[in-house]
Amino acid sequence: MASSTKNQAFLLGYRAYMAAFFIFLAAPLVAAGSFAFNDSLFPALPWQGFTLDWFFNDSEPKLGMFHDRRLLRGLYYSGVIGVMVSLLSVFVGTTNAFLFVRGNFPAKNFFYILMILPLVIPGVILGISILVMASNIANGVEDRFNLELEFLRPGILLVVFGQFSFVTTITSLVITARLKKFDTSLEEAALNLGASRAQVLRTVTLPFLRPAMIAAGIVAFLVSFENFNTTLFLVGSESPLTITMYDRMAKVGSTPVLNAVSFFLIVGSGLLALISVVIQRDPKS
Amino acid sequence: MQSDIKRLSLILLFAPFALWIALLIILPHMGMVVLSLREKVAPRVYEFGFGNYIDFINEPIYWNTLLRTGSMSILVTFLALLIGFPIAYYIAKIAGKRSRGALFLLCLIPLWVSDLIRAFGWILLLRETGVISSFLTDIGLIDQPIEFLYNDITVVIGLVYTVILFMIVPLVSTLDGMDNAMIEAGYNLGGNGFTVLRRIIVPYAMPGIVSGCIVVFMMTAGSYLTPILLGGKNSSWFTEQIYDQFITRFNWESGAAFGFLLLAFTSIVVWIGLRLTGQTLANTVAKS
Repeated sequence: MASSTKNQAFLLGYRAYMAAFFIFLAAPLVAAGSFAFNDSLFPALPWQGFTLDWFFNDSEPKLGMFHDRRLLRGLYYSGVIGVMVSLLSVFVGTTNAFLFVRGNFPAKNFFYILMILPLVIPGVILGISILVMASNIANGVEDRFNLELEFLRPGILLVVFGQFSFVTTITSLVITARLKKFDTSLEEAALNLGASRAQVLRTVTLPFLRPAMIAAGIVAFLVSFENFNTTLFLVGSESPLTITMYDRMAKVGSTPVLNAVSFFLIVGSGLLALISVVIQRDPKS
Repeated sequence: MQSDIKRLSLILLFAPFALWIALLIILPHMGMVVLSLREKVAPRVYEFGFGNYIDFINEPIYWNTLLRTGSMSILVTFLALLIGFPIAYYIAKIAGKRSRGALFLLCLIPLWVSDLIRAFGWILLLRETGVISSFLTDIGLIDQPIEFLYNDITVVIGLVYTVILFMIVPLVSTLDGMDNAMIEAGYNLGGNGFTVLRRIIVPYAMPGIVSGCIVVFMMTAGSYLTPILLGGKNSSWFTEQIYDQFITRFNWESGAAFGFLLLAFTSIVVWIGLRLTGQTLANTVAKS
């Protein structure tokens, strides 16, 4: 009896702790998102009434995000970079999964650790090391052949390479986990029924991997979209959204249009994350 | 014939991996180390030497910043584990079947929200004209607005906030795979809650704990936005020094040396952590 009341009190305290944690988790996101709807020139209290101006208004001083050219351009570049990173990293992630699940070669463990490594290298260092190498090559070519390789200077391609360098580890791990669950007797059955290796891959193995590939692609897109540290060093004149927002915050100071972008991104990335979780869930369980 | 095809497909699979790792990870890092060993002796004239590293040792501000970044990152990692473990345990073991999925989803969805937006949210809450300060003045608890930003406590809270989900998610997956019978057996054999936690749950969850700690520590030590936005100009974070050398002073040689020092320092901390807990990189980070 005594122990059960004690247990009840403990559980109650535990639940209160959980509630406090989720409030802590939500508070800054709610603050960043909700001021987008405040009819004021500053993202601060007091509440001046509800408005959608910070999304749709087309004139200063309350220029909404969907009419703000620079923010829209940032969104566009982020989207382009995200799609490229996502496609590239899912492709290499898939070949990596086959390599490490099916392949048999010397020093496999060593190479596996090499594959994980990019995930634990600080993003800033990935950024500067790729910047240094690209500039070295570009300078060398320029000195020797008098040829200017524009694509090796900071810009979209370098940002894509920088993000791809560590996002691929994430996609590889996600797809490897799925491929490990694959029952190879399915492939054997298809082969026995007369299918060629390419047909088996296309009709049996890849469809099995598809949920993991889509989920990995979504996660890659999200990681690319929100990345700042690596991008910061590789960015040229085409700034993706996070860099544009940071510049705006540091130079102009914050106006609720940044809250509107935050709201848009929180909802957008939340939905994409939700989709990636749902896709990966086993239909059987 | 058969073995030729096997070998060919192995080579085809190995090629993307090798290109990725060699061109984007190994060569750039070697290039960074080589660059850091170049000393500027005159304009556009360089020679091999350890000058950039000697400068680092001779200037206390530099190594103080590195030590400060390291020690604060360890503190953040420890706090994230301390706060996150009970959350993960609740989600994996105590919550009912339905609420478990919902709670886990609540943790997964904000996982990919940008650091920038999180820090922006904290700024709106904590600055002098922010929500908390004006709320406290409105209810009469304080007379004058308080500035909560630009101090170390705020930076630590902000960093814990940014990284804690990367601690919780691998912990939930690890604890989820644990058989409840193990915990019950512990109680039946007369263990109290603390003994069961220390002797059964923690050892079982060790790979998840170590994995979460490594990722969180590296993310914290390498973070740039949170310390700068919440700590202000004098947050003294080492990544800020790297940025300063690279972009502001255009001193790439010394920036590369700083980059290598940060990488070496964090790797040593992780290596010590793996040694102390008897884990390896392959059975921790790779599993999550």
